[in-house]
Amino acid sequence: MKSKKLAIPYMLWMLVFTMIPLVMIGFTAFTDNSGSFSLSAFADAFQYTNVFLKSLWIALISTIICLIIAYPLAYMISQMKKSTQNTVIMLVMIPMWMNFLLRIYAWVLLLQSGGPLDTLLSAIGIHGNYNNNTVAVIVGMVYEYMPFMLLPIYTVMGKIDVGLIEAAQDLGSNKVAVFRKVIFPLSVPGIISGITMVFVPTASTFVVAQYLGGTDDIMIGDVIDKIFFANNHTGAAISLVLMVFILIFLVLMNLFGDEEAIA
Amino acid sequence: MKKTGILTKIYIAAIMVFMYAPIAVLIFYSFNKSRSAAWGGFTFKWYFELFESNNLMDALINTLLIAVLASLFATILGTAAAIGINNFRGKSRALIQNVSNIPIISPDIVMGVSLMLLFTFLGVMFHFEMGFGTVLLSHICFCVPFVVLNVMPRIRRMDQSLYDAALDLGCNPFQAFFKVVIHELMPGIISGMLISFTYSIDDFVITHFTQGARFQNLSTEIYSMLRRKFPPTINALSTLLFLVIIIIMVLINVHDRREEKRRAQK
Repeated sequence: MKSKKLAIPYMLWMLVFTMIPLVMIGFTAFTDNSGSFSLSAFADAFQYTNVFLKSLWIALISTIICLIIAYPLAYMISQMKKSTQNTVIMLVMIPMWMNFLLRIYAWVLLLQSGGPLDTLLSAIGIHGNYNNNTVAVIVGMVYEYMPFMLLPIYTVMGKIDVGLIEAAQDLGSNKVAVFRKVIFPLSVPGIISGITMVFVPTASTFVVAQYLGGTDDIMIGDVIDKIFFANNHTGAAISLVLMVFILIFLVLMNLFGDEEAIA
Repeated sequence: MKKTGILTKIYIAAIMVFMYAPIAVLIFYSFNKSRSAAWGGFTFKWYFELFESNNLMDALINTLLIAVLASLFATILGTAAAIGINNFRGKSRALIQNVSNIPIISPDIVMGVSLMLLFTFLGVMFHFEMGFGTVLLSHICFCVPFVVLNVMPRIRRMDQSLYDAALDLGCNPFQAFFKVVIHELMPGIISGMLISFTYSIDDFVITHFTQGARFQNLSTEIYSMLRRKFPPTINALSTLLFLVIIIIMVLINVHDRREEKRRAQK
């Protein structure tokens, strides 16, 4: 029971299957086909700067929309009866159990020209094409990842001590003041973890833009996927840059979260 | 307790429409005779075609097999690790825990690509091709940290003298370990295993990079099917999967309600 030995298989495992593969990405990114040191992979990677920025942009917008949708939802759910709370959370989670690709494909069907949305809007005289554009990509992202924003915020709100809210009310706060001074500050940790849980996968996802995006909606994940099988040096360089960006993002979010907790 | 306001009801209804409209569309199209977007009459033929598709059935079996094996191995490896890590102190402990977080925070695609590099390298060295084995290893990789994460808090809360007490009362170390320690950690172990299982079943990205030429799981099979211009059998498959999920959810709910009642009676 007091033995450290039980952790040894795990430590070896993490070394072989987590640390070494990451080192290999770094190694592949900084070498060329002959195996000598080279920065040419990064030079190649540079031509995807626009794709990279667009991915971050799409991820940012999707994260913000998720937050705008999920925050009031979490608040409303936390105000309900306990049994109703469980039911509503379960109803939101059920679609998440469907396969990731099928959920995206469902939006392709819904948005296609001549599809349900088009038919519905045509009936009131609006015609248009709703698939294959950036908005469709963002809608798909929000659909995929909104529950990841909802859950942490809801969990944090559920843990808020009712006594604090009652104390604020007793001391003369109205509903708005209670929300602004008590509920919102206490829910910040949930917001922070929600943002990380949505931003990281949206920034790095692939396939979503292939199905829902137009010709210029390519995301960095799709580029890595396509390039890696042809030229793994460039693929590794892009992956490395992506990884570094995400690490910086996580560190920033952590700093922000800590400061909020103190203030 | 509190009454639900009309605004809340409208908002939640809107969210439900957003969450379920796409699924309703999938189900609707699964009965559509025509292959196009327009309604061409009612049919069951896509369901029959689905059951005749050997590829999909093989992919389904692969998915379940990988999920069962991966969550099992990950649970054993992760539980042992959590018990071991608990005996480390200070810097070395912080280091192990930080490394444990890497697979959780790193984007799936980076993990998939890095494992692909490793397996291609090892494959050239030891003459093997990527397939079932490499997918299984990769799945264990992203599952283990979740087991560690779920078991750790249980160990910290456990009374460390329980194990010694069991020894004093005549258990051998083996019995004390399985009957007392593992028993205490069981809720954490179970939730770690369930999380592993669901992640493994749903995984697409990491399987995509480590599957090699022949192996397919459900996600990658769906991916290659969708490359060939959206066949309607996919709709039938989605409808059936959704049905299975609903049944599982209802069963879980019924089970929970019964547990609650039993607890209330005590």
